[in-house]
Amino acid sequence: MTELLSEYLPILIFLIIAVGLALVMVAASFVVGHQRPDSEKLSAYECGFEAFDDSRRQFDVRFYLVAILFIIFDLEVAFLFPWAVSLGDIGLFGFWSMMVFLGVLTIGFIYEWKKGALEWE
Amino acid sequence: MDTVTTLPVMMPAAAEIFLTVVGMVLLMAGVFRGEKMLKPLAWATVAAFILAAGLVIMYGGTGAAFFGLFVTEAFAQFAKILILLGSGFAILLSLGYLKSEKAGRFEYPVLILFATVGMMLMVSANDLMALYMGLEMQSLALYVIAAIRRDTLRSTEAGLKYFVLGALSSGMLLYGCSLIYGFTGTTSFEVLAQVFAADSTPSTGLIVGLVFLITGLAFKVSAVPFHMWTPDVYEGAPTPVTALFAVAPKVAALALFVRVMSEPFGDLLASWQQILVFLSIASMVFGALAAMVQTNIKRLMAYSSIGHMGYALVGLAAGNEAGITGVMIYLATYIFMNIGAFACILAMRRDGRLVEELSDLTGLSKTHPMMALALMIFMFSMAGIPPLAGFFGKWYVFLAAVEAGLFGLAVIGVLASVVGAFYYLRIVKLMYFDDAENPLDSKVAGDLRLILYGSAAVTLLFFLVISPIYDSARAAAASLIGA
Repeated sequence: MTELLSEYLPILIFLIIAVGLALVMVAASFVVGHQRPDSEKLSAYECGFEAFDDSRRQFDVRFYLVAILFIIFDLEVAFLFPWAVSLGDIGLFGFWSMMVFLGVLTIGFIYEWKKGALEWE
Repeated sequence: MDTVTTLPVMMPAAAEIFLTVVGMVLLMAGVFRGEKMLKPLAWATVAAFILAAGLVIMYGGTGAAFFGLFVTEAFAQFAKILILLGSGFAILLSLGYLKSEKAGRFEYPVLILFATVGMMLMVSANDLMALYMGLEMQSLALYVIAAIRRDTLRSTEAGLKYFVLGALSSGMLLYGCSLIYGFTGTTSFEVLAQVFAADSTPSTGLIVGLVFLITGLAFKVSAVPFHMWTPDVYEGAPTPVTALFAVAPKVAALALFVRVMSEPFGDLLASWQQILVFLSIASMVFGALAAMVQTNIKRLMAYSSIGHMGYALVGLAAGNEAGITGVMIYLATYIFMNIGAFACILAMRRDGRLVEELSDLTGLSKTHPMMALALMIFMFSMAGIPPLAGFFGKWYVFLAAVEAGLFGLAVIGVLASVVGAFYYLRIVKLMYFDDAENPLDSKVAGDLRLILYGSAAVTLLFFLVISPIYDSARAAAASLIGA
């Protein structure tokens, strides 16, 4: 039981450092930086939505579609990195697992392309 | 870390791999050839199901694949054949509907195929991770199928409701899995079973995890008090989709439920038995009472399926080999009754449009004598009247409950089925003793009629095949408990 938990110790340390670093950066920008807000600086940046607004507002469903399609390929890359690093250890099975995974993703990509999901208009 | 140079054993999963590959090929065929491919794709899917059933029989004997994440034995074989039957008939039921409602999209059969692969993976899962993978593969495809008619409000509402509540139940299930993993250090069913065999006094945290896991699974089989989504989704989804929902996912979820309770957690029977007794009593009683006040036949079928899941859970609550045998027989009878009943609902048309109110059935015996007779057979069978199929399912689960000493559960079950008989018999009364003011269309599509009479014949003559079915169900139960 404790042996199992001690395997997670690096993750705990990682979490503490991550949270600490984030807090330090936010706090430092408040303490050190000059704060001179005006209405332009406080407005939503470029195409973003208003941060504090009615959450039931309508928005174009195509934003959602693009986000979903993006997430899939974002995750694909997130899987490719650890796979590439550990390829020497996982051998033939690891190699072909990823090839099958990429093949399935490609099928999905062809489908969404042919369906016209990648065109804005 | 050891280098894995060999490929894992894959043959026991031959049927699933085959179906996945076929699914991707069909998807490509559909997207390149367009909507006119719907009918060929639907038939290709049915053919793939038949071939997959052959592969299940050939390679699905005892075995493990993918480093023990996937197991198969007589139990999985039995459940997978039932799932393939249910999904295949659901596609056949849809053909006429998709054509007449002009709701055909070539994705429809492909999504059913992927959902079916998910169900088969659920049945064969031997690890909490594999369980979740199969469950999500099934659920995600089914959410989309529920909302397949995205231009109608009711279908999209059903899809969204199913999605939100399904996501909630998946969350609970995962939370349970994480607690179980946290308290035992493993997700493998075999190692979990060893852990509990060595020490069968579980810690409180583990019990909490187990309860969350059961909650998630109860959502999927729509047992009371986790049934709220069922009537709305059944009513809103297109009728052939409802037919699919009522059959294949129920078989898969219940088979998964049986495997999870009896394989890894078999030694914790004392901890989960009372939960299952409660779930099954609540489902039987609530299903029977709530169905009485329904006027929409699809809602009525939803409450009826809640009740049926309650009866099937009686067998699981018994926690013995006889109980699992009973569950398997119950599921085998359940799919034929339901497919037939939904074929009847799909045949209810007036002026070419589908109707689904109970009052539309009045006087059916005069206008459609054969259809009324078939529906009467299904209703008597669901009420559990011998010698129809539904009687045998109930008989074996109640027998198992008595064997396990759960007399209260058996008595309440019998009483609930008497109460439930009321609403089944009310339909028979509407058809035979009331006069039609507004008769249904006389023409019933040929393929629908074939399925209708076929399943009526199976339901009526089930007693002829009960001994081979009983033998294979018992072999299935023995392969699970004995393992």
